[in-house]
Amino acid sequence: MRDLLDEALAGVAARPTRLILTTLGTVLGIAALVGTVGLGQTAAGQITQRFDLAAATRIVVQPEDKGGQEGEAATQLPWDAPERIQRLNGVDAAGTVSNLDIGDDLVRNVAGVNGGEGKALQVMAASAGLFDAVRGVLGTGRFFDAGHDQRGDKVVVLGKHAAERLGINRVDAQPAVFIGDEPYTVIGILESVTGRAELNDAVIMPNGTAKTAYDLESPDAVEIRTQVGAAQLIAGQAPIAIQPNDPSTLKVDAPPKQGAVRKGVESDLNALFLLLGAVALLVGGLGIANVTLLSVLERISEIGLRRALGAARRHVAIQFLVESVIVGFLGGLLGTAVGVLLTVGVSWVRDWTPILDNRLAFGSPLLGAFIGLVAGTYPAWKASAIQPITALRGT
Amino acid sequence: MTAVALPAPVVEMIGVRRFFPGPPEVQAIRDVDLIIGQGEYLSIVGPSGSGKSTLLHLLGLLDNPTGGVYRLDGVDTMSLRERRRAVLRGERIGFVFQSFHLLDHRTVLENVALSMVYVGVPRRVRLARARVALERVGLAHRMEFAPTTLSGGERQRVAIARALVAEPSLLLADEPTGNLDSANAEAILAVFDELHHEGMTLAVITHDDHVSRRAQRQVRIVDGTLQW
Repeated sequence: MRDLLDEALAGVAARPTRLILTTLGTVLGIAALVGTVGLGQTAAGQITQRFDLAAATRIVVQPEDKGGQEGEAATQLPWDAPERIQRLNGVDAAGTVSNLDIGDDLVRNVAGVNGGEGKALQVMAASAGLFDAVRGVLGTGRFFDAGHDQRGDKVVVLGKHAAERLGINRVDAQPAVFIGDEPYTVIGILESVTGRAELNDAVIMPNGTAKTAYDLESPDAVEIRTQVGAAQLIAGQAPIAIQPNDPSTLKVDAPPKQGAVRKGVESDLNALFLLLGAVALLVGGLGIANVTLLSVLERISEIGLRRALGAARRHVAIQFLVESVIVGFLGGLLGTAVGVLLTVGVSWVRDWTPILDNRLAFGSPLLGAFIGLVAGTYPAWKASAIQPITALRGT
Repeated sequence: MTAVALPAPVVEMIGVRRFFPGPPEVQAIRDVDLIIGQGEYLSIVGPSGSGKSTLLHLLGLLDNPTGGVYRLDGVDTMSLRERRRAVLRGERIGFVFQSFHLLDHRTVLENVALSMVYVGVPRRVRLARARVALERVGLAHRMEFAPTTLSGGERQRVAIARALVAEPSLLLADEPTGNLDSANAEAILAVFDELHHEGMTLAVITHDDHVSRRAQRQVRIVDGTLQW
C-alpha cells in the first residue's frame, strides 16, 4: 500500500509542468466555489451586522391596546419600569417616553425674533435613562438627570429640529421657552437619536415635571437598548419584569431573529455561486480525465514493464487511480487556498469581516480528490487493459 | 546423452502452441518442446517473423499458450489465474529488453529497486539489494544518476541488475545487444558469461549468430518450430 502510494507520487512528480496544467481546471473550479461561497457568507454577514447596529438591539415595550375603545390602554406601565428592566442581564440602557397632551398651547422662544412666534411642537416626557436608550447624541448642553426628574425642575431638552424651529442653538446663556404660559429652561439640544425619530421634533421634559404640569399618569412606552444578540432573550423577559402579575397585557416590539435575515440572503447568493463552481469543477474533472488518458498512452511501455515485473492489472489500475486522486487533491488544496485568499482579499479591500465555513475550507480539497477519483476511473481501467506484450514490443 | 539425474528443469514446455485467431489464423508457435535445466545458458536464434518474440512472451508468462504444457520451476502455469501468473512472473523471471525500458524520471537505484515492489519486499531491503546488484554489474558509481545520462551499455547493465535483484530462476533476454555498439555488446555478453558461471539460468533470444554462439546451447526457431 505504502509502495503503491510512493509509485503514484513519483509518477505525479515526474512531470511537474504537466501536473500544474492538469490541476489548473480543478484549482479554478474549487477556487470559484470556495471564493464565491466565502464571499457570499461574508457579504451576508455584513448585511446582518448593519441590521445589528441599527435595529437589532432595540426593544420597545408598551401597553397592549384594549380592543374596542380608541386610545384606551389595557394596562398602565409602572414608573419604575426602567429600573426593573435594568436588572436583566443583557440590557445596556432603558428609559420611558410619553407624549404629552398640551391642548392648543404653543411653544415660544422668549428671546426669539419677532418676540417669539408660537410654534405647534410636540411636547414629550422622558426618564433620565431614555437618552442612553435611544443612543442619543448631544449637540450642546446636557440631558436632564434623575435629580431633575425627582424635583420636577422646569427644564427641557430640545430635539434637533425643534431647536431649529425655535431659533435656539446655544444653551450657555440659559435660554428659556414658554410652553403655553409656563417658562422652562433649555439645558440641552439633541444632535441625533436612533429609533424614536419623533424626539428630534419634540420638546422633552423630565417625567417628574410632566406629572406636576400635565398630570401624566403613566409612561406611554419603555425604550430598551440591549447588548448585541440579547434582544430575543430580553424581549421575552421584559414583560414579566415590568408586569409580573399580567405580562400578556404588554406589547413588545423586538427585532427579527438574526438567523432568519442571514439565511434569506445566503440562499439567494449561494444558488448561483454553487452552480458556477459546479460548472468549473466539471470542466476541471474533464481536464484531469483527459490528461490522465494521455499519460496512460504515453506510458504504455512503463505499464508493460511493471506488468513484466509482476504487477497485476489491479496494481496498474490502482496506481493510475491514485495518481489522478493526488492530482485532484492538489488541485483542491490549491483552489481552496486561492478561494480563501480571494475572500480575505476582497474583505480587506471592502473593510469587511471575512466569514468562512470550516467545513468548506476542509471539505474542498476532499472534493477535489473525489473529482480526481471519478475522472481517473476510465483512464485507470484503460491502463489495466493494456497487454504487456504490446507495451514492451515498441522500442 | 547423460543419464545422470539432473535437478528439476527450470523450463519444461511440451507440445506448446500459440495461434492468433484470424482470419487468417496465424500459427506463431507450433508443437514446441523445450527444456531448460538449472544453470543452463541457452540461446534461441531465428530470423524476424520466425516466432521468437512469441516464444519469449510465452516463456516470460506475458502470454498464454493456446495449447500444450508449460511448467516453470515445476509449477504448471496453464491452470494459473492472472493474479497468480503476475506473482510468479515477478518472482521467477528477470527480463532484459532490447530497449532497456528504464523509467527516465527515477534514479538508477530506484529503477533497480522497482523490480521488487510487486513481490512484496520491504523498501529498505529493496534499496540494499539494489545496491548490491548494481555493484555486481559494475555501476556502483552511477546509483543516483538518471538513466538518461547513461550510455547504452550502462543502461543495459542497469536493466540486468534490475532483472537479477529479485533473484529469479530464469533470466530472459530479448535481443539484449540489439541497441548497442559492438564494444558495449561485448561487455553485456561478458556479464552473461559471468552470470552463467555463477549458476544463473539464462535464455537469450536473438537474431545475431555472434551473440548466439556465446551460449552453452543453441536452439534455432524457424516458422514457429524449434530445430536443434
